[in-house]
Amino acid sequence: MKVLDFLLRTRGRQRLHWTDVLTYVYLFVGLFMMFAPVLWLFASSFKTESAIGQFPPTFLPYSQKTVIVAGHEKPLPLFSVELDGGQQREMAQVSRMGILATMVDVAKPQDTVQVNINQRKPVYELKFAWSNYTDLFGKFTFGTYLWNSVFITVVATLLTLLFNSMAAFALSKYRFKGQKSVFLLIIATLMIPPTIILVPVFLVINQVGLLNNLWGVILPAVATPTGVFLLRQYMLTIPDELIEAARMDHASEWRIYWRIVLPLSAPALAVLAIFSVMWRWNDFLLPLIVLSQSEHFTLQLALNSFQGELNTQWNYLLAMTVITLLPVTLVFAFLQRYITTGIASAGVK
Amino acid sequence: MNVSALELRSIEKSFDQTQVIHGIDLEVKKGEFVVFVGPSGCGKSTLLRMIAGLDEPTAGDLLIEGQRVNNIGAADRGCAMVFQSYALYPHMTVFANMAFGLENARVPRPEIERKVQEAANLLQLDTLLQRKPTQLSGGQRQRVAIGRAIVRNPKIFLFDEPLSNLDAELRVSMRGELRELHQRLSATMIYVTHDQVEAMTMADKIVVLRAGRIEQVGTPQALYDTPDNMFVAGFIGSPRMDFLPAATVLQDAAVRAALPSGAQKVGVRPEHWLRGSAGEGLAISVLGSEYLGAQRLVLGKLSDGTRVEILMEGAAEPRVGEVVHMTPHPQRWHAFDAAGCRINRSQT
Repeated sequence: MKVLDFLLRTRGRQRLHWTDVLTYVYLFVGLFMMFAPVLWLFASSFKTESAIGQFPPTFLPYSQKTVIVAGHEKPLPLFSVELDGGQQREMAQVSRMGILATMVDVAKPQDTVQVNINQRKPVYELKFAWSNYTDLFGKFTFGTYLWNSVFITVVATLLTLLFNSMAAFALSKYRFKGQKSVFLLIIATLMIPPTIILVPVFLVINQVGLLNNLWGVILPAVATPTGVFLLRQYMLTIPDELIEAARMDHASEWRIYWRIVLPLSAPALAVLAIFSVMWRWNDFLLPLIVLSQSEHFTLQLALNSFQGELNTQWNYLLAMTVITLLPVTLVFAFLQRYITTGIASAGVK
Repeated sequence: MNVSALELRSIEKSFDQTQVIHGIDLEVKKGEFVVFVGPSGCGKSTLLRMIAGLDEPTAGDLLIEGQRVNNIGAADRGCAMVFQSYALYPHMTVFANMAFGLENARVPRPEIERKVQEAANLLQLDTLLQRKPTQLSGGQRQRVAIGRAIVRNPKIFLFDEPLSNLDAELRVSMRGELRELHQRLSATMIYVTHDQVEAMTMADKIVVLRAGRIEQVGTPQALYDTPDNMFVAGFIGSPRMDFLPAATVLQDAAVRAALPSGAQKVGVRPEHWLRGSAGEGLAISVLGSEYLGAQRLVLGKLSDGTRVEILMEGAAEPRVGEVVHMTPHPQRWHAFDAAGCRINRSQT
C-alpha cells in the first residue's frame, strides 16, 4: 500500500507533530471546500425533482416510497401513520383534502381512514433517479450538444498542439533575426485579458462568415501564448546535437520536427493537451457570442439555457452538469499519469 | 583517383566579432585516419562541424572529393558524424536509430534491413536491435552511434570526441575497435580529440591545432621525433617534454658542443635522459618520484630552479634531496629559438 503510506506520512515518528495536525487540518478543510460541492452535485443529480426541493435537504437521494394498491391505477405515496390508539402503521394516501388525508391500508384496500396530516410522516427510501440521465439522452437535443462540445474540444486541442509545437520548435531550435522579439511578442499577449479582445474577435468571426459555425469557436483560440511558452521551454531541453544528428541523417526539417522533436516533447504536449481540453470544454464566453442557434450549442451553453427565467429543471441541470464534468476529469486522470511517467523517464536519462 | 577526400583552403570562421579559425589549409587523402588534436577551445570541433556542414565557414573553400561544398547542406555532403554525446534518438529502438538516415534517403525497406543487419553484425549489436538507447551501456551506445554512421556508407566519417564519455578501460578497447573498423572499411575518417594519447595511437596523420591555427601536420612519429615548435613538442608525448633554459644547459659539455646558435630553450623528453657520471651532465636535485611499475618518474630541480621530470628505468629509488647527474640523449634533444620554433640541429 504505497499510496496509503504516502497519504498517511507524518513528520513525527512516534506521535503526531504539531505541524502534522496543522497540515492535516488544512488539507481536510481544503478537501472539504473543493470536493464537497462536487460530491453534493453528484449525489443531487440522482434526486427527483421533488427531492431536490425538499427541506431540510438530504445528502443522498431519498424520495418517498410508493406502493401499488389494488383498485388504484397510479402508485400511491406511503406514510407512517400514528393511529388514535398510539400504534404505528404504514398506509398509502389515496387523496388529501386540507389537513385531512384519506389513507388506505395496503393489505386491506377497501378500508379507508381519515387522518390528520400532522399524525403521519412520509416513508423515505434511497432511490436513484436514473431517469435524470436517461431522459437527457432522449429528451432535448442533448446528443447534439455533446457532439458539438466533443468536436470543438478534440479538433481545437489537436490544432493547438500542432500549431503551438511548430511555433515552439522554431523559437527554440532556429537562430534567426528577431527571434527574441517574436517570442516576447507572443508572451506579451498573455497580459491581454480575453474579454478585452472579445469584440474584435467577434467582428473578425462575423466578417469571415464563421458565426454560428463550430469553426468560429475553434479557430480564434488555436494559438495560445501559454502553449507556445510551455512547449518552447521544454524543447530547449532537447539537445541540439539530436537535431544536428538528424540533419546529418538526411532528415528534412519537417521530419526532424515530426519524428524527433514531437515525440520527445510528449510530456509537455500532454500537459498542454490537458490544459487545452479544459479550456475548450469549459469555455463559455466565446461559444456564447459565436453560437446563437441552439443546434450549435455546446454543453456549457445548453446548461446555461436550461436555467429558464421562470422555471429551472434542476434535476436535469444537475445531471447534465455531472456529464459535463466527467470528460475533463477522465482526461486529467488519464493524462496525469502520462505526465508523471514522462517526468520519470526524463529523469533517468 | 588522385582527388583528395577533403581539402580545406584558407578556411576562416568568426562568431560575431571573435575569429576562432584563422585560415586553415589542409588536405586529407582517401582512406586516411586524420586526428585533430589540441587543447580545448582551439577550434578543432568547430573545424569538424564546418566539414560536416553544421556550421558555415566565414571565408575559404571546402572541397569534398574535388567538389566545392560550401553551399551544400549537411545532408548532401556525404559525411556521417558520431557525436560526443552519441545523439541517439532516445525514443527509437536501436534498429530505428540506424535505419532513420536510410529511411530519409528513401532507401527501399528490404535494403534498409539488410544494411542495418550488416552494420549490426559488424559491431556486435545484432542482439540489441530492439532495445532503446537508455537500455544500453555506454560502449553499446557508442557502437550504435558508429553503426548509424556506417549504414549510410559515407565518404567521410567524422568523430567528435567520441570516446570521452567512456571509462578508461572501455576507451582503450574502443580505440582498437575503431582502428580495426577503419582498416576494414578503408574509409576516410576525421577524428577530433583533446587527448594526445588517443591521437598518437590511432592516427595516420595528426593535425595539431592551437587557437584556430594549425601548429603542425604529420604522422605520430614525425610529431614525436621532430616537433616544429615548443607547443607541439610539449603537447605530444606523455609525460610532457622538459624545457630547459639554454644558458643552464651549457653546463653540459656534450650539449654545449652541439647547441646551435640562437637557441633559447632546450627540450628533452623525460624518457630521453641518460645517467652521467659525477662532474659531467647536469646536476639535478631530486624533489620526489612516482613509481610507475617498469619505470619511475623522478621530479627534480636544475641548479637554476627549473623543474624537470625524468623517466628512469626501474633502478633504485633516488632519495629526496640527492643530486643525480643526467645528460640528454645526444640524438634526442631539441633546440628552440626565441619564437619557440625548433632549430634543425643537423644544419648547424
